[in-house]
Amino acid sequence: MSTYRVAAKGRIDQSRPVHFTFNGERFEGRKGDTLASALLANGVHLVGRSFKYHRPRGILSAGSEEPNALVGVSRGVGRSEPNTRATVLEVFEGLNTVSQNHWPSLKRDVGTINDAFYMLFSAGFYYKTFMWPKSFWNKVYEPFIRGAAGLGKSPSVPDPDTYASRYAHCDVLVVGSGPAGLAAALEAGRSGAKIILVDEQAELGGSLLSEPAAGINGQPAWQWLETAADELAASKNVTVLTRTTAIGYYHENFLGLCQRVTDHLETLPEGAPRERMWRVRARQVVLAQGSIEKPLVFDGNDRPGVMLAGSARTFLNRYGVKVGNRAVVVTSHDSAWLAAINLAEAGVKVSAIIDIRASVPYHLVDLAKAHGIEVLTGWTVTGTSGRLRVSSVRVNPVTAGGKVGRARNIACDTLLMCGGWTPSVHLFSHTKGKLDWNEERQMFLPGAPTEETRCAGAGNGVFGLLDALKEGAFAGASAATDAGFKAKAGDYQIEGEIACTGISVKELPTDRNSSSAKAFVDFQNDVTAKDIRLAVREGFQSIEHIKRYTTTGMATDQGKTSNINGLAIASDAVRRPTPAVGLTTFRPPYTPTTFGAFAGYTRGSLFEVTRKTAIDGWAEQNGAVFEPVSLWRRAWYFPERGEDMHQSVARECKATRQSLGIFDASTLGKIEIVGPDAAEFINRMYTNAWSKLAPGRLRYGLLLGEDGFIRDDGVIGRLSTDRFHVTTTTGGAARVLATMEDYLQTEWPDLKVWLTSTTEQWAVIALNGPNARQLIEPLVEGIDLSNQAFPHMSVAEGNICGVPTRLFRVSFTGELGFEINVPSRYGRAVWEALYEAGRQYDITPYGTEAMHVMRAEKGYIIVGQDTDGTLTPDDAGLGWAIGKAKPDFVGKRSLTRSDMLKADRKQLVGLMTRDPKTVLEEGAHIVADPNQPVPMKMIGHVTSSYWSEALGRSIALAVIEGGRAREGQTVHVPMPGKTHQAEITGMVFFDPENERLNA
Amino acid sequence: MLLIRCPHCAAERPEVEFVYAGEAHISRPRDPAVLTDEQWKNHLFIRSNPRGTHFERWRHIHGCGRFFNAVRDTVTDKFAMTYKAGLPRPSEAEIREARS
Repeated sequence: MSTYRVAAKGRIDQSRPVHFTFNGERFEGRKGDTLASALLANGVHLVGRSFKYHRPRGILSAGSEEPNALVGVSRGVGRSEPNTRATVLEVFEGLNTVSQNHWPSLKRDVGTINDAFYMLFSAGFYYKTFMWPKSFWNKVYEPFIRGAAGLGKSPSVPDPDTYASRYAHCDVLVVGSGPAGLAAALEAGRSGAKIILVDEQAELGGSLLSEPAAGINGQPAWQWLETAADELAASKNVTVLTRTTAIGYYHENFLGLCQRVTDHLETLPEGAPRERMWRVRARQVVLAQGSIEKPLVFDGNDRPGVMLAGSARTFLNRYGVKVGNRAVVVTSHDSAWLAAINLAEAGVKVSAIIDIRASVPYHLVDLAKAHGIEVLTGWTVTGTSGRLRVSSVRVNPVTAGGKVGRARNIACDTLLMCGGWTPSVHLFSHTKGKLDWNEERQMFLPGAPTEETRCAGAGNGVFGLLDALKEGAFAGASAATDAGFKAKAGDYQIEGEIACTGISVKELPTDRNSSSAKAFVDFQNDVTAKDIRLAVREGFQSIEHIKRYTTTGMATDQGKTSNINGLAIASDAVRRPTPAVGLTTFRPPYTPTTFGAFAGYTRGSLFEVTRKTAIDGWAEQNGAVFEPVSLWRRAWYFPERGEDMHQSVARECKATRQSLGIFDASTLGKIEIVGPDAAEFINRMYTNAWSKLAPGRLRYGLLLGEDGFIRDDGVIGRLSTDRFHVTTTTGGAARVLATMEDYLQTEWPDLKVWLTSTTEQWAVIALNGPNARQLIEPLVEGIDLSNQAFPHMSVAEGNICGVPTRLFRVSFTGELGFEINVPSRYGRAVWEALYEAGRQYDITPYGTEAMHVMRAEKGYIIVGQDTDGTLTPDDAGLGWAIGKAKPDFVGKRSLTRSDMLKADRKQLVGLMTRDPKTVLEEGAHIVADPNQPVPMKMIGHVTSSYWSEALGRSIALAVIEGGRAREGQTVHVPMPGKTHQAEITGMVFFDPENERLNA
Repeated sequence: MLLIRCPHCAAERPEVEFVYAGEAHISRPRDPAVLTDEQWKNHLFIRSNPRGTHFERWRHIHGCGRFFNAVRDTVTDKFAMTYKAGLPRPSEAEIREARS
C-alpha cells in the first residue's frame, strides 16, 4: 500500500487492486482510479514534457480540462491513441501507457535545451526565428520543426475498432450530472417527459463526487446521489449516458454526444463498438456543464507538484489519494481554503496558505489556524524550485500600495493553486448564444439564448450547492413544461455548506524581473504571460490575433484552463476592459474526439456506394481491370495473359476496328422525357433544333449553362411525338436531371412535361465494328436493320434475344455501331448471348480506355475531360450543334457576350507530335516559344492523349488560344526531361469521311 | 443541423434532405436576346448577398423533389418561413409574424 493512498476515503474499490504500466514500469492502482489518481497514489507527479520548452510537467487537474498529463495508450496493433488525458483515462488490469514529448527519457530529455533558449521561442517564434537565412529553410528549419512538431505518436496502421452512430429524439436533454444537472433530470423525469442525461465521467455526480461532507435533504451527499441515480435508472422515460461527452451543440437543439463504450474495459467484448456518436434532437436542453478552476500565473507555476487546489481535493475525496505529504496553498478564492483543510484532516502537512487577498473571511482563517496552517494573507508567490518536482515555494508579502517585500522560502512537495472558477459556457457558446461579462465577478456568463436552452448551476455562475440544486430543479421543471409536460420544481435543504467567494487576478505581483519569469498561462502550448504582453507590444490588439500569434488556447485542450487568464493579461496590456477585448470563439468539439466516432459506420466499403452495372459480374469473371467513374466502377480494360494495359488496349481497339467489339455502356445517364410539350422543353434546354426530329431518329444534344459554357452532352432519341430517350454523361446524370427539374418547376411550370431517371432501368450494350450488324440481325425481331431502313442515328423498339429492346444505331468509335438498351434484369443474359454468338467474329470485350482511344481518333469530345466549364460550343468545335434559328435556349444569350466572341479564346484542336512514338501527358502545358524566359506564357494544355493503334502513332487533343487559326503551326510541350514538338491539326484523325460509320 | 419545413410535404425535416439552390425571386428573362450585355450580366452573376434576411431557393431533393422558397437570416442561419415557388416575396410584416 502506497503512502499516498488514504484507506478510508474515496469512491474507488479499495479491495480491488489493478495493475498497469507507465513508461514500462509496473504500478498498482485501484478499480475506479483514473491513470492520474493511480499515478499520484504512487507518488508520481512527473508525467510528460511540455510541447515547446520540454519542461517537466505534472498533473494539473482532475478532469477533462487537463493540459499537461497527456499520455499514449496502447492496447495492441492499431489500438494506440496519443494525447489521452491521464485524468479521464480509467485504469484496468494490464493498461499500457507511455509519456510523450521527450528523448531519450522522461527524466532526462535533451529537448530541455529549448528551455534555456526560451528567447528564441517567444510569441510568434514561428514567424521570426526561422525567417533567416532563407537557405536554411529546407535543410535546417523545416526538418527541425517537423521533428519537433506534434504531440504524441499517431498510430501507423488502420484502426481495427468499429464505431457506431445513432440518432435519438428527446423532450429534455440534460448535459452534466452535477447537482444542477441531476436536479434538472429528476424534475424533468418526474413529469414523464423523455429525458437524456449525459455526463462525460464514468459515474453521475459531477462536483458532488468531490464533496462527501455535504448533506442534501437530510441525507449525506453520496447517499442522496445514490438515491437520485437509482430513481433515474428506474425511470423508463430517462436514458442515462455516462462516459459520454456532449461535444457540440448545433442548430435547433441538435447535439452530438460521443459515448466511449469500451476504452475502460479490461477485455474488449466481441463486436462491441469502441465509441458511439449520438445525434440527438431535443425539444429543450438544460446545460449544467459546471465550472473549471483557474490556475494562478506566477514564475514556475508549471513545475510538477503544482496543481489546482480543487483537483487535489477531488483526488483526496473521490479517489482516496493524497497528492503530497507537505503542501502549500496559494489562492485568490475561498474554495482553496476548504481544500487545504480537507488535506490537513487527511494527514497532509499543510505548511501555509498564501492568499493574494489582504482580507479573507474570519471563519476560514480560524479554521485554518485550528489545523495548524500558517496563514499569509496579502502575500504573493514569486517562484518555485525543484528539478522534476516542486521542493520549495518562494513567497513575499505585498503592501497595500502593491510593493513586494522580502522573500522567504517554504519547503513543500506540492503547491496547490486556485485563481477562482470559470463557468463552462462552451456548449452555450456553440449556439452563438451571447455571453455577458460580469464585471464584479470577472466572468463571462450565458446571456440571451438563441436556442430552446437553459443554463443552470456553476456553468451559469451559480456556485453554491443549494443554489445549484434549486436552479437545476427549476430549469428541469421549466424545460419539461415548455416541452409540453406538467412539472414543478421541488425544494432542497442543505447542511454543512460553506459559501465561497474570491477575486480574479492577472499575473501575481513579483519582486523579480518579470521579463525572465516563466509564468505560464497556457501550459499545453507553453505560452507565458510575457508572451502575451510581447504580442501586444508588437501591435496585436484583438484577442483573436493575440491568440493566433502566441498560440494561447490553441492546443488540444482549447484553453480550458488558460483562456480567461490570457484574456485578463491581454486586456491589462492593451489597457481596455475585458469585454472590449472579447473572448475567442468556442467551437466544437468540447474535448478531443476520435475521427472514428465522427465517421461511424461510413468507412471502408461503406464510405460511399460502388455502383455496378448488370454486366459488372461478367467483367469481373473475365478478368477486367476496373476504374472508378463517378460512383460507378467500370471495366477499364480486359487484359489477356501477360498483357499490360497498353497491349490490352491496343488489341481491344484493333479487334473492334477489324471485326467486332462489345462494350458495357450501361452507366450512361438516361432520362425519359415525356409529355405533349416534351419537344418544346428539349428545345429550350439543348442548343440543337429538336422540333423537326422525326420519331425513330437520334440526334447529338449539347447542354449549356446560362453562362454559355458546355455542361453536358449525349444522344437523344425520339421514340414518338411526345416521348424522348435522353442520354447524358455518366458523371452528369444526376446534375442534368436536377437542372431540368429546376427549369421545369420554376421557370416553365406551364409546360406539360414529366422527367424520369431511367439510368438504372436500362442495361446498355454497345456493339461496334464492321460485323456488328451481322451479329445481331438474326437475334433481333421487329426491326429492319438494313442501312436504308435503319441508318446511322436511328432508334427503334423491338426484341433482341427474346427480350424487349430500344435499339440505337449510334457509334462512339467511328465504326458501324449499335447501342442495345434492354431492361437491366436481362442485361447480363443478352450480353452473354451476344458474346457466345459473336465468337464466330472473334468478338472482343473492350473497356473504357479503348473506348476513349477510339472516340479520340474520331475527335469526339468527352465533357469534363476535353472541356472544363470554360468552353463554349464554338470553342469545342461544336458550333454546328447550335440551332441557329431557335429564338432562345439555355445559355444562348451568353454566346454573344463580347468575351465569348474573342478570336484568342482557347479552342479545341488536334495535336500530332513530331515524334510519332511520343504520347504526351494529359494536362501538359503548351507554349509557342520554348526559348522564352521562365515563367513562360502558356497558350493551352493537352486534354486527351493516347497511342492510336489504328494510326500507328500517338494522337492528342488540346485547347490552344486561337487554336483553329494556328492549324499547321508547331507548338512546344515541355514535359519532364524533354520539350516535345507537335503540330496543330484538325480533331478528326481517323476516317474523316465517316465511311465506316455509315456502312 | 437545421430543420426545414417543406411547404409541399407540409413537414419539418432535417437539412440533409434538402439542397440549397441559390437566391430566390430571380426570374429568367422572357426574352434574353433583347437584354444588353450589362443587363444579362446582372441577371447571371449579381446577387444581393445581404447580411440578415435572405430570400433563397431550396429543393427537397431526398423528399418530394420540389423546389420552394425560404426566408432565412444569414446571421443566425435560422429560417423564418418557407413558401412555394411562384408565390410573391413575403412582406416584412409577414416575415415578422412568422418569426414571432
